[in-house]
Amino acid sequence: MSIFSSFKTFRGGVHPPEFKELTRDQSFEIMPDPKRVILPLRQHIGKDAKPLVKKGVEVKAGEIIAESDGFISSPVFSPVNGKVISVGKETNSSGFPKEAIVIETNGSTDTQKLEKLEFSTVTGAEIIERVKHAGIVGQGGAAFPTFVKLTPNKDRIIDYIILNGCECEPYLTRDERLMLDRSHDVVSGLLLMMKALELKKGYIGVEDNKPEAIEALQKAAAPFSEIELAVVRTKYPQGAEKMLIKAVTGREVPPGKLPLDVGVVIQNIGTAVAVYDSVVKGEPQITASVTVSGLGLNNPKNLIVKVGTPLADVLEFCGGAKENAKRVIVGGPMMGFAQYDFSAPIMKATSGILVLTEDEINTHEQTPCLKCGMCVEVCPLNLIPTKLARYSQLDKTEEAENLGISVCMECGTCTYTCPANIPLVQWIRLGKQRVNQMNSEKKTA
Amino acid sequence: MTTITANPSYRLDLTSSPHLHSRWSTKQAMWLVIAALIPSVVSALIYFGISQILIIFVCIFFAMGTEALIKFIRKREISILDGSAAITGLLLALILPPGFSPVFAAVGSVVAIGVGKEVFGGLGYNIFNPALVGRAFLQAAFPVQMTTWKINNYNIDSVTTATPLSMLKFDGKSTAFGNLFMGNINGSLGETSALAILIGGIALVIVGVVNYRVPLAMILGLMLFGGVFWLVDPVKFSSPVFHLFAGGFLFGAFFMATDWVTSPITAKGMWIYGLMISLIIIMVRLFGGLPEGVMYAILLMNAFVPLINRYTRPRIFGVKK
Ligand code: SF4
Ligand code: SF4
Repeated sequence: MSIFSSFKTFRGGVHPPEFKELTRDQSFEIMPDPKRVILPLRQHIGKDAKPLVKKGVEVKAGEIIAESDGFISSPVFSPVNGKVISVGKETNSSGFPKEAIVIETNGSTDTQKLEKLEFSTVTGAEIIERVKHAGIVGQGGAAFPTFVKLTPNKDRIIDYIILNGCECEPYLTRDERLMLDRSHDVVSGLLLMMKALELKKGYIGVEDNKPEAIEALQKAAAPFSEIELAVVRTKYPQGAEKMLIKAVTGREVPPGKLPLDVGVVIQNIGTAVAVYDSVVKGEPQITASVTVSGLGLNNPKNLIVKVGTPLADVLEFCGGAKENAKRVIVGGPMMGFAQYDFSAPIMKATSGILVLTEDEINTHEQTPCLKCGMCVEVCPLNLIPTKLARYSQLDKTEEAENLGISVCMECGTCTYTCPANIPLVQWIRLGKQRVNQMNSEKKTA
Repeated sequence: MTTITANPSYRLDLTSSPHLHSRWSTKQAMWLVIAALIPSVVSALIYFGISQILIIFVCIFFAMGTEALIKFIRKREISILDGSAAITGLLLALILPPGFSPVFAAVGSVVAIGVGKEVFGGLGYNIFNPALVGRAFLQAAFPVQMTTWKINNYNIDSVTTATPLSMLKFDGKSTAFGNLFMGNINGSLGETSALAILIGGIALVIVGVVNYRVPLAMILGLMLFGGVFWLVDPVKFSSPVFHLFAGGFLFGAFFMATDWVTSPITAKGMWIYGLMISLIIIMVRLFGGLPEGVMYAILLMNAFVPLINRYTRPRIFGVKK
């Protein structure tokens, strides 16, 4: 193992207040099973899983209840012991109604496991098969089925895998806790993925604001010369794939391309742990490790929660919201979704639930654009957010496309910074949709 | 404790991400600029007498009043508390000659806001720096009053009312650097003390209201272009350091050329803009008919800002050079 500090950071970026001290020092607490769980059939990018159970049947924790359908899809397991009470429409935390299975728990806590595989002798093909079968999805928000990323096209040349331990979103500390409390499993998960991809080199990228995590990983990875620890500068959005790849390897992912196109596979800390658990411990992905935090919450915690637990139960378990709570967010504060329906469940890829107050959100009056250039200064992808937003506002789709609106990764850095408080990324999102629409119309015409 | 139930709670808002915002607001940035101008105001009062506070008040009052009136007539929200009109008034006052008629100063303020800003649609839409528009108007309308300088209270060596730049241009006389730096020389109200300008200006750069590039580009440009001529003929042309501290250069570099609305938004654009301003200043000062060129240089380059922005767009991340 070796360690290096990367100075090849990206241009731009911001330093929002971290608020990580709210939960940083708390190890994971295991939340008891809720009364009922809601399991959307799509907790991942791709096709919905196909239900295998009918209303009224008894299921066991760890039992498969929906199988993956098509190549990009992922199965769903029952996280609890209980009875299926409905198979139908529910709401998930991105705000869209989707098909889901609802299970009422019966209080029993034993779990069915898959066959345990031997860490040292397991083959690459077995690892991929297990990751697919155990329903592991990426923990970075997009929830891409992990096995897909472990089975790239044979003619692609991959040089490195990078584990993303930046956790650059404020408040969130669950990756940090995983790196600290389960550093050996993080490293083992990385080694398993390297085996699956037949790679000789793996990096773990960690921001330099987590010295204890760095130390723990250094110890855990000490025997493995194929793992390198890259300490990167703390800056939002250092954890964005493009930014981390740049900091670790110096490579730039061109607009519209994937990390694979520059020979890199990128995975999250949570994913590495889930891979390890599924292979070595035989556990399907039925829990999520989440940071529940924010100044509007009574008892911020890091929790291990059963997938499907309603947000309301989790917030209740953390002491409930304070009087001055203003906004509830699923995910991080920079890219997460505001939520109003607290019956929505925790998903496989949920990383955080935040209850924010007016103070933290810090909104103020919107004024016209002052041409101060701060949004241009901070945009990590070197776009001109003020122009893109303006074009979007004026419905000038063509001009917006020419200025690279589709390149925007919606990190929100520009909106965060703008002194005129213009909802830049919000306008840009709209503009991107219009560009897509325009292009698909062009295609069909 | 509020119990969160499964019901939608209307107390919560649902704005899309990001859910945090930096400490910056338009209003706050504007008031920081005003705070940064306080050292220059103090130097003006010390050197030219406490009575000069009148010009400053008149300018601020008429700037804010004009803006409020225009917004009222156009039935727009009255936004004078954002501080931007107050800045325009204050900036204008500080680049007027000491002892200037308060009546004319008021006219200048009205023009600065009316013609310099509101005609274009108000804050954010103007092309030219409003305070400089006001001053350019006064220069054209009242040329004699605009070049009559009250003697600095501390300017013990001299009985003339000339400024260092006009002494140099018309009499070939130089001024001691110490005086130029401290500001006990003749000149516009807030422009004489380099020390006061640097205190406020550097503070603005440090807190991040002003990007360092424009002032730095201007200073380096002045050193470079002024230096070339000085090296060619040190007798005929004065040193670039003299040019740095004389006239309105530093005030222009930190407070005028850096105006958010009328300066470029791209990094490369800021460099080009700053360098070009200094080139024009040197040309005017060395070869033009006027002793000073800061105002015209900035106004001229203001006009090129949209063009500069267009041709200095940064390379999008990942696109090959
Ligand atoms: S949201 Fe888009 S435009 Fe704004 S800073 Fe991020 S990448 Fe740039
Ligand atoms: S940060 Fe806001 S005010 Fe400044 S240029 Fe960008 S959009 Fe305009």
